[in-house]
Amino acid sequence: MLSSGINVLFEGSNMQRLLGGLLITAQIAFISIIISSLLGIVVGLMMTLKSRVLQFVFRFYLEAFRIIPILVWLFFVYFGVTNMLDIHLDGEIVAVVVFSLWGAAEMGDIVRGALESLPKHQMESGKALGLSFWQLYRFVLIPQAVRRMLPGAINLSTRMVKTTSLVVMIGVIDVVKVGQQIIERSIIDFPAASFWIYGLIFILYFIICYPLSILSKKMEMKWES
Amino acid sequence: MKGNNKVLLEIVGLRKTYGARPVLDDINLSIHKGEVVVVLGSSGCGKSTLLRCLNGLESIQGGDIKLSGKSLTDKNVNWQEVRQQIGMVFQNYDLFPHMTVMENILLGPSKVQKRAEKEVMEQASQLLDRVGLLNRKDDYPRQLSGGQKQRIAIVRALCMNPEIMLFDEVTAALDPEMVREVLDVILGLAKQGMTMVIVTHEMGFAKAVADCIVFIDAGKICEIAEPDEFFSNPKTERARQFLNIFQY
Ligand SMILES: Nc1ncnc2c1ncn2[C@@H]1O[C@H](COP(=O)(O)OP(=O)(O)OP(=O)(O)O)[C@@H](O)[C@H]1O
Ligand SMILES: [Mg+2]
Repeated sequence: MLSSGINVLFEGSNMQRLLGGLLITAQIAFISIIISSLLGIVVGLMMTLKSRVLQFVFRFYLEAFRIIPILVWLFFVYFGVTNMLDIHLDGEIVAVVVFSLWGAAEMGDIVRGALESLPKHQMESGKALGLSFWQLYRFVLIPQAVRRMLPGAINLSTRMVKTTSLVVMIGVIDVVKVGQQIIERSIIDFPAASFWIYGLIFILYFIICYPLSILSKKMEMKWES
Repeated sequence: MKGNNKVLLEIVGLRKTYGARPVLDDINLSIHKGEVVVVLGSSGCGKSTLLRCLNGLESIQGGDIKLSGKSLTDKNVNWQEVRQQIGMVFQNYDLFPHMTVMENILLGPSKVQKRAEKEVMEQASQLLDRVGLLNRKDDYPRQLSGGQKQRIAIVRALCMNPEIMLFDEVTAALDPEMVREVLDVILGLAKQGMTMVIVTHEMGFAKAVADCIVFIDAGKICEIAEPDEFFSNPKTERARQFLNIFQY
């Protein structure tokens, strides 16, 4: 009975739709991770400058994303902010905005930690060579920090991929939503549909996230040798 | 002798405080071109701080430092430019661990001075050869011993063609067996006429390399003398006590 249920995956355009949903999930996650990484470097860098005001602002920013559930952020921007400004924003755009802001805050904290963990004399010997502020970060500090922040950054990325499943709540049809739709429609003909559909989604998430951890292992090994 | 050369670095009434605590007080010192000044003094007397003030790693609270007659306390002073003329080597191995030996050496000349890579590479190879490490140019710092790292750090600073070199206890963290190879390099530089300010605890080396000994005690210059005189017949009681510690 279970084995016959597997056919639900190949009924009509089911597989195509599931992969389409996956593409949306991957798109939101991928774009958000890229933006987060870029913004995160800027945020992290600013947090290492000895400005109390900046430190306070970024601390507050980070805590805001840690304390308030991401779902509430999604609702707040999708319904609240758009309503207030009297505009309409696509659910996908809202998702990218919220995930990017969240990612930038977390990534900023990871970058800050990595920069602060570098020995102080690295900065000084760079300065003593006459490197400018930007050259110091670009050639000396950031390349070393990247190695130290990699495990944290990859971990954050997989968390972001997983959290994209919340976007159904603001009307985005992601892979999980497509799965639900298919199950609802096929449950009569295929009583085991949920097992196979969710099983596939299970594997799909694994396929997105696993390469990330492979990548981080590879890079760590390369840098260690 | 070297006193006839022009003054390269002049320190006038320099004062440095951390909070309310003075660390350097009324330091006056003229360093002539080609002169080797060795700074001695017990731990915590302010030797490192003095060197760090000279290339702007520490701010100063009073007095003035002049490099070739130009004041470094001027508001418009361009430290990136000044630091190209003042090479510094620290006690800790301060090579950049993510770069090879050659990349470490090329960074300053190519990015800061915008010199052509080929020309810098030739100079770097010559300098590496002179310190006996040309065959290690593609190694990473972690593949080198402490003494080798310090010799590379010296080459890296030299490749900027500085007017003056500052050495802050560059052998203090080294295994005794490796001290010699590093000191030999510095001695070689002295013979070539490099202007240097050297902080060290190696008294034999100080005596051999110095044109002038500056003895600092509690942030003040206590005695300035020629090495022979300083080691055989120190004028101040503090210097005598300091030298006694090294006599076993
Ligand atoms: N960042 C700092 N804040 C406060 N005090 C400091 C700081 N750096 C150094 N000092 C103090 O300034 C004094 C001089 O320090 P410095 O490192 O110049 O001594 P030193 O002569 O180089 O000693 P050593 O031979 O141990 O290297 C010391 O008493 C030290 O405690
Ligand atoms: Mg010191």
